[in-house]
Amino acid sequence: MSMPFYVAPEQVMKDRADYARKGIARGRSLIAAVCADGILLCAENPSATLRKISEIYDRIAFAGVGRYNEFDQLRVAGVRHADLKGYSYSREDVDARSLANAYAQALGTTFTHEMKPLEVEILVAEVAAEDGRDQLFHILYDGTVIDEPTRAVLGGDAEVIAERFEAAHDPSATTTEVLAAAVAALAGDRTLGAEVIEAAVLDRANGRRTFRRLSDDEIAAAIGAPAEDPAEDAPADAPAEDEPPPAGEVDVDDIDAVLEDDVDDDD
Amino acid sequence: MGRHRPGWRDLKGAGSAGLEGRVGGADGAARVAVVTLPMFGTHDDPGPDFAGLVRRVGLAPDHPTQALPAGLGVPHGTTVVSIRYADGVVMAGDRRATSGHLISHRTIEKVFPADRYSGIAIAGAAGPAIEMVTLFQLQLEHYEKVEGSHLSLEGKANQLSQMVRNHLPAAMQGFAVVPLFAGFDLGRSVGRLFEYDVTGGRYEEQDFAASGSGMLHAGTVVKLGYRPNLDRSAVVDLALKALWTAADEDSATGGPDSLRGIWPVIATITADGYQRVADDEMAERFETILASDRETRSTAAPAGGSIAGGGR
Repeated sequence: MSMPFYVAPEQVMKDRADYARKGIARGRSLIAAVCADGILLCAENPSATLRKISEIYDRIAFAGVGRYNEFDQLRVAGVRHADLKGYSYSREDVDARSLANAYAQALGTTFTHEMKPLEVEILVAEVAAEDGRDQLFHILYDGTVIDEPTRAVLGGDAEVIAERFEAAHDPSATTTEVLAAAVAALAGDRTLGAEVIEAAVLDRANGRRTFRRLSDDEIAAAIGAPAEDPAEDAPADAPAEDEPPPAGEVDVDDIDAVLEDDVDDDD
Repeated sequence: MGRHRPGWRDLKGAGSAGLEGRVGGADGAARVAVVTLPMFGTHDDPGPDFAGLVRRVGLAPDHPTQALPAGLGVPHGTTVVSIRYADGVVMAGDRRATSGHLISHRTIEKVFPADRYSGIAIAGAAGPAIEMVTLFQLQLEHYEKVEGSHLSLEGKANQLSQMVRNHLPAAMQGFAVVPLFAGFDLGRSVGRLFEYDVTGGRYEEQDFAASGSGMLHAGTVVKLGYRPNLDRSAVVDLALKALWTAADEDSATGGPDSLRGIWPVIATITADGYQRVADDEMAERFETILASDRETRSTAAPAGGSIAGGGR
């Protein structure tokens, strides 16, 4: 009679976590940040049709990184959760916290009971009616929920990007300024054009459904002319609004420098 | 991922725990709270269909198996009209709901936005009708969120057709709901309108449509005043006159009530989307119509008379 190998639970969990983390690290990163108008979500995503950021409910958005089919299934389940809850109770009873808890349970259960954990990291954001009360829930592959006050970075290079972004992020800045900072942080020493950036905003001023995708033109305009001060170098040679900036024309380091100059309280 | 996975199936079971509990509750048992994530296997996934999802988790009400006793009157909504005009389409409805011979509500609304570019107007049993509107609105929004794209106007009209058809068993018991659906077709850049029968039959109308107890009178007024490509002002006045005439002839239709400030709900649906006509504007327009009516009356024979249509 053969004995099954004993594997310590610690080892099992560690192996699963490593596996999930490896899967997530392969994908590109995503930033969610509070801005003056609401919450900005911004991801590096070369696909124009397979979305990482989407609408869940009136004031709630979803973002995921990692394996597309897995987080997309979670997204659809979230839309169902929210719509069913709004239908059973009322639209104002739908909140991000309970959705985040449901996600955490689903991810946690899969992580402990399944052979393969989900290789995803997701974010549930809810914009409040007045500023200062926005919520960001960052949920990891094992169901851990992190309640982030003003910004969250998900995905492969999260630590490095978070460090870059923290220096540049001003929660009281406009959507455009925060978008420029986020793209610069995602890019690091690369140059990212508008066509590889997916961005959306939960905009307080957008009526009942606050979710709004930013068009390529808007993104190009934001990363082409990031600073308010037109005397700065970076906007001077910015490309036309409807074109993504050609490689090399926008110096990301310049943008970074400009942004850091503009931020007064964060550093 | 699509394959069945035990952990997720457990969650799914929890999500639809109400399914078994609900069956047999013919008297409309309590609704089930959905607090976990509703996940499904590939074989029973409702896709972007919200009504299907509602049925799947056991939240859909059962159809009545017999007619209500005579004493238990339910409110009925009455007259709605929809007219095509130059910029799109207009929808209008009075504000009265009746139970038998009594007025049960003076301020009920029967015209609703279905989504940004379409509207739905309802006549018939008020409870199921408003439920149908809620479900239809959610259906369109749910589709949009799950699929990431809008349904075509035709697709929306067909969805409503299915909902009306599914409602047929209740209609047979006296809870008929007969909606109008209208919208701006972004693909063709025209306003389009659809009327329905209780079996879900869907008929696209070219000029106008009316539904509800006052539909004959309202429809006749619209028919006489209708011209192709009316402008907004003319079409809103025409809708207002149609409802006023219906209120004058049909006891179940409520007229404009300047004393309480209750005005019909009139909405335009154009390339700019669904926009409700403000009450102030409605008061002003009604005052103008009244003034021209008074003028006609002062020059006409005194007795009886009806609302003048040709004063302007």
